[in-house]
Amino acid sequence: MRKQEFLQGIKDGLPIALGYFSVSMAFGLTVALSGLPIWSAVLISMTNLTSAGQFAGVNILLALGALTELALTTLIINLRYFLMSLSMSQRVEEKMNIWKRMIFSFAITDEVFAVSMQHKGILTSSYMAGLVLTPPIGWTLGTLTGAVLTSFMPPVLSSSMGIALYAMFIAIVIPPARENKNVMIASLMAALMSVIFYYAPILKSISSGWSIIIITLAVSAAMAFFFPIADEEEGQNE
Amino acid sequence: MNNTYLILGIAVMAIVTYLIRVTPMVLIRKKIKNKWIKSFLYYVPYTVLSAMTFPAVLYSTSSFVSAAAGSLVAIVLAYTKRSLLTVAVCAAFTAFIMQIIM
Repeated sequence: MRKQEFLQGIKDGLPIALGYFSVSMAFGLTVALSGLPIWSAVLISMTNLTSAGQFAGVNILLALGALTELALTTLIINLRYFLMSLSMSQRVEEKMNIWKRMIFSFAITDEVFAVSMQHKGILTSSYMAGLVLTPPIGWTLGTLTGAVLTSFMPPVLSSSMGIALYAMFIAIVIPPARENKNVMIASLMAALMSVIFYYAPILKSISSGWSIIIITLAVSAAMAFFFPIADEEEGQNE
Repeated sequence: MNNTYLILGIAVMAIVTYLIRVTPMVLIRKKIKNKWIKSFLYYVPYTVLSAMTFPAVLYSTSSFVSAAAGSLVAIVLAYTKRSLLTVAVCAAFTAFIMQIIM
């Protein structure tokens, strides 16, 4: 364990944990208001560590849906983690053993992935251990807090926090897009397609989980074909 | 709703989600050499985050105007390379103020 890298991981993970706390409060709040027991909200957050996937899952549970439907919906909404895990598998140190890989994989979320991707150099075990330590704690404690404090929070405050995570995504994409024309094109195309999928007839009947998967695959594939990365960009990504 | 169903349901969600995350990380131990695949994986973070953000960010608060104002602040601050936390807090604060005054 290299202390310096572990601390850097903690430092990078902490803002995610804080962001999660406020977002998962909304989740805990919603679940408690919908009538599910508080322990179930906490258990879901502790074992799933997803946002959209959890909300969709709770909707199905409330409707007493079939477990196969629950499994399929969870699979579709969370399939993007497969791509993220694949991408991260290329960045972790090759000698990392299977047990560490199994532990770190649990915490692959949009934000952990995004932060790890902007980390310079390879992802060592020490760095990953620090990075994945606090987000699950923030997520679980936030859920508990939200579920317990259901009646105390002014709605205007909790609803304005919903934008925080998206703002973080914007802050991750824009700086590299400013430096690199291809990243800019890829991001704009993905955003544009997402808007089209959201509003266009027929396309809008596709669930947002599927839309994101389709757009990610299509735009990334097209960009890789027409604008393969040069060696120096690749270095930046490694 | 009985607790058995609830616990089974939560277990299904957790297992499916974990399998998705763990499979590539554990099975793919070699560095990929293929240029197209490397390029593809290079673009994934930007495309997936952009697709998730737009247009969803505009519906992330209780009013379109407050969400749009928050987004604009986020874009400007991100363009000037402020930290993730600064961008997130300022966007949420802007949305909060807009909700109060509108």
